[in-house]
Amino acid sequence: MTKLIIDGVEIDVPPDYTLLQACEAAGAEIPRFCYHERLSIAGNCRMCLVEVKGSPKPVASCAQQVRDQRPGPNGEPPVVNTKTPLVKKAREGVMEFLLINHPLDCPICDQGGECDLQDQAMAYGRSGTRFDENKRAVEEKHMGPLIKTVMTRCIQCTRCVRFATEIAGVAELGATGRGEDMEITTYLEAAMTSELSGNVIDLCPVGALTSKPYAFNARPWELKKTETIDVMDAVGSNIRMDARGPEVLRILPRVNEEINEEWISDKTRFVWDGLKRQRLDRPFLRKDGRLTPINWDEALSVAAARLSIASEKIALVAGDLAVAEGAFALRRLGDARQIAAKASLGPDMALDLRQGREGYLFNTTIMGLEDADALVLIGCDPRREAPLINARIRKTWLRGGLQIAAIGASGPLNYRVLNLGGDVAALEALAAGKGLFAETMAAAKRPALILGEGALARADGAQVLRRAGEISARYGIVRAATTQEPHGWNGFNVLHAAAGRVGALDLGFASRLEGRFETVYLLQADDVDLRRFDGAFVIYQGSHGDAGAARADLVLPAASYAEQDGLWVNTEGRVQMARRAVFPKGEAKEDWAILRAIAGRMGVNLGFDHLAQLREVLVRAAPSFGMIDHAPGASPVRVGFDPAQLGEAGPLGAAPIAPTPLDFYRSNPIARASRVMAECAEATAPAAPELAAE
Amino acid sequence: MLADKDRIFTNLYGLHSPGLEGARARGAWNGTADMLSAGRDWVIQQVKDSGLRGRGGAGFPTGLKWSFMPKEVKDRPHYLVVNADESEPGTCKDREILRHDPHLLIEGCLIASFAMQAHACYVYIRGEYIAEREALEKAVAEAYQAKLIGKNNVHGWDFDLYVHHGAGAYICGEETALLESLEGKKGQPRLKPPFPANTGLYGCPTTVNNVESIAVVGEIIRRGAKWFASIGRPKNEGTKIFCISGHVQRPCNVEEAMGITLRALIDTHCGGVRGGWDNLKAVIPGGSSVPLVPRELCDDLILDFDALREVKSGLGTAAVIVMDKSTDVVRAIARISYFYKHESCGQCTPCREGTGWMWRVLDRMAKGEAEHREIDLLLDVAGQVEGHTICALGDAAAWPVQGLIRHFRGEIESRIDRYRLRKPFVAGAAPVAAE
Repeated sequence: MTKLIIDGVEIDVPPDYTLLQACEAAGAEIPRFCYHERLSIAGNCRMCLVEVKGSPKPVASCAQQVRDQRPGPNGEPPVVNTKTPLVKKAREGVMEFLLINHPLDCPICDQGGECDLQDQAMAYGRSGTRFDENKRAVEEKHMGPLIKTVMTRCIQCTRCVRFATEIAGVAELGATGRGEDMEITTYLEAAMTSELSGNVIDLCPVGALTSKPYAFNARPWELKKTETIDVMDAVGSNIRMDARGPEVLRILPRVNEEINEEWISDKTRFVWDGLKRQRLDRPFLRKDGRLTPINWDEALSVAAARLSIASEKIALVAGDLAVAEGAFALRRLGDARQIAAKASLGPDMALDLRQGREGYLFNTTIMGLEDADALVLIGCDPRREAPLINARIRKTWLRGGLQIAAIGASGPLNYRVLNLGGDVAALEALAAGKGLFAETMAAAKRPALILGEGALARADGAQVLRRAGEISARYGIVRAATTQEPHGWNGFNVLHAAAGRVGALDLGFASRLEGRFETVYLLQADDVDLRRFDGAFVIYQGSHGDAGAARADLVLPAASYAEQDGLWVNTEGRVQMARRAVFPKGEAKEDWAILRAIAGRMGVNLGFDHLAQLREVLVRAAPSFGMIDHAPGASPVRVGFDPAQLGEAGPLGAAPIAPTPLDFYRSNPIARASRVMAECAEATAPAAPELAAE
Repeated sequence: MLADKDRIFTNLYGLHSPGLEGARARGAWNGTADMLSAGRDWVIQQVKDSGLRGRGGAGFPTGLKWSFMPKEVKDRPHYLVVNADESEPGTCKDREILRHDPHLLIEGCLIASFAMQAHACYVYIRGEYIAEREALEKAVAEAYQAKLIGKNNVHGWDFDLYVHHGAGAYICGEETALLESLEGKKGQPRLKPPFPANTGLYGCPTTVNNVESIAVVGEIIRRGAKWFASIGRPKNEGTKIFCISGHVQRPCNVEEAMGITLRALIDTHCGGVRGGWDNLKAVIPGGSSVPLVPRELCDDLILDFDALREVKSGLGTAAVIVMDKSTDVVRAIARISYFYKHESCGQCTPCREGTGWMWRVLDRMAKGEAEHREIDLLLDVAGQVEGHTICALGDAAAWPVQGLIRHFRGEIESRIDRYRLRKPFVAGAAPVAAE
């Protein structure tokens, strides 16, 4: 710790603090544009100038470390002043420079009301201009369907450039020209090839980069802000939904250091227009092969009748977007009718539920991944399946010390990966302590593996799981807590791709379904192989008219994730609470309420009449749901979890290991309904091969 | 007056061969091995004792700079980088060294690298210096051929010298921007600290020196630190190449003693000011970035670091730009202002925005198309740029403007008045931006 005197107050801060951090710790407000906690330091906006005693010039506080400050002649602590006339004059000067070429178009700028430049101009700006010359204008840039550019507003803080280079890992943004002709551009006039590109909108302190789909839609102060949870993948990013009336108008990230830091993926951010298209707003029944609108009363009667047949002929399926309360209501209904066939689908995965939750969770936790020093990706594509986990891997890799290998190569990743090929032999070799990566794994102190859906959703999935377990045992990937290592280390990770999966598994749903059924109940399940239900009566409960509704015989309109309070469990096993941002569309109801109504029609008592009661019963049935925001991997590793016993012994099949094919921008019904996502998919689709013009 | 025997650059005018034989005949590479055998500390002490101050403009003591390098080579190699990106308007001293005395530079590089335990040295040459690069490359090849440098050379210190050709950006003469450029990045100055002596080229300890600072080292040690220190005034010792341009009879480069008076320099070497001493209006004594000095202060003006600081100017690169009474001094400074606007890298705000603003106002002032209040505005803007930027280019852009207003305010005012006299009515000094 180092002592400093800031504005006359002596404080003690760590020596690796920047002066800016130290000043903030002392309660002084330091304006800034280019500085951002999660990006490298540029020191170019010069707004954060402070006076350091002994230095003839004011210094940029973001770029100076506390340890570099010299003490006074008699050893007194370095003196920093943030409120002297010198500092005030310097900041006013910088603010004036920033404003001389900044257009006065706040009335038509989408950043208005949440603009750093606007806010700081109020505090540090002059009331009038002294600049009599012509203002600079910058030619428009094109940055794809998501980001709207008005580069005349740019103040060249380079946050976006640093984000693209450092966090997103695509060196596609840069500055061309020099002096006052410096321009930020993608140069090739193309969208960034990053699934995190939307974050530059939040980073931009002015209105140079704004959201294209949100353009001219609303002012920030008109919006109702709801803090909730994202369901586009199983990461459970913390988000804020901004809504006006019945419409969600934008989605922004919330800070959660343990999950998404302060980034979200483009799918999470821009999917909101999918919430108002293709919606199911009333019940439908298939009559003479056509879906015909009916009323709820009839719908409930039909559903009750179909669910009253012999229980072994009924299958209950909780889908990718099934909220925990809905899944729980479905399970209670199944329990009451003694229905055995309950599964959480997507693909049929060979998960092993016998040893408890560790067998199917992301046990290192997302933040814990930063402690790993060797990592094997097996049949997964983190960049598309979980962009924020991928960002965490990249962050750890950038910092140095993490070595990564992949079995079952995924698309281009933005860190260096030793590609071991997709052949099952590579998995066998690693399990037997052979191959290119075996030595690294053996030497690693905190090795980890990530098992993707693609590795488990195959005929020999149980055997792949066993190999992964053997790898875990061989390299010490799972070490129970001991006195020497009080936390232990569990590097065995399953990366789920769907937000509803872990919650349903926690509630006793199986990961695969076998048999033939006469009635199939699909709860928010679209991305399942529907042909297996040929001949059955399919009840589909969901929010969007997608694959499930197209196949259904009875459609029950339900709320989407934006329209109901609910618990979601992410791939770490962390339970998070989502809140309703807008009301359900038309006659649609919340998931649990529909099932409660059907049960009532069937004369079955589920044990709850309202949401609070449901949650009480739910926590009693599955206590893990009582620990909101807690990742089980953050607790010390339990003795008794034996990865080597996961799955089943036996030979592996011949099919090469590969990630599940995933169309990132069209991976669920909401995204498929979104026009913006469709544009993104089109923009990123591989171009048709160009033929030489000759 | 510097005696001929005290000159270091004896081939400044290219009258003799720049090749190895010629250089050897003039003394280069003489006793170099003995210098190295005396040890690093001795070499650094010699340079410190000589009082040599950096010749690139800032005048930082060279020996002291060398001693900032880590004492021992640990996990990272040390580097010497020679700044030959000589782009300051009016300055062409390094050019002559590269052309005519390259072996003095190469020898200096070897000695300095030895003193700092560097086995590699990079010479970063200005993009426009094509003939100079060829001259240096030829000399380097000769030195390799003669085993003066390279692996297993006759001096016993493995040493490689690489010549890197810049792309012609003034900002790359700033030491950290030069390092960025050398690493293959965009030439933009780095934040300091960390200083290059700690984290420089490729993150390794690096010292960046001017060509002239390095080229004189061999001769200083050969003749003794005392000899060098005996020339000039205390703390401003030694000889220096002056580049005199502008309104003199014979513009020239000349090696002279530090502390020579301006008048002696011009009268002796340049045939006097055009139209006689009394026709002098002002001089810029140290390259375009230092404030000008008006005629009133020129009579007894001594040219060295400290004397020029007393008149609120600076020695800079010792590029003396002489302006006689025919000069439109406002236009001259406006042109300099344009240069800095053009060469600003655009990284940090005050310089990016301020240089253009200053130039535009000055450009109008040069025509008289301005208002009196704008003079103070200009001074204020210059003050807002100065000292608030990452590197010294902001200062370099502000100083000439400040010098102009300090000494020639009256001329700007009368220019504005004259312009107005010709107009029946002046509504606004300039068209106002449509807002």
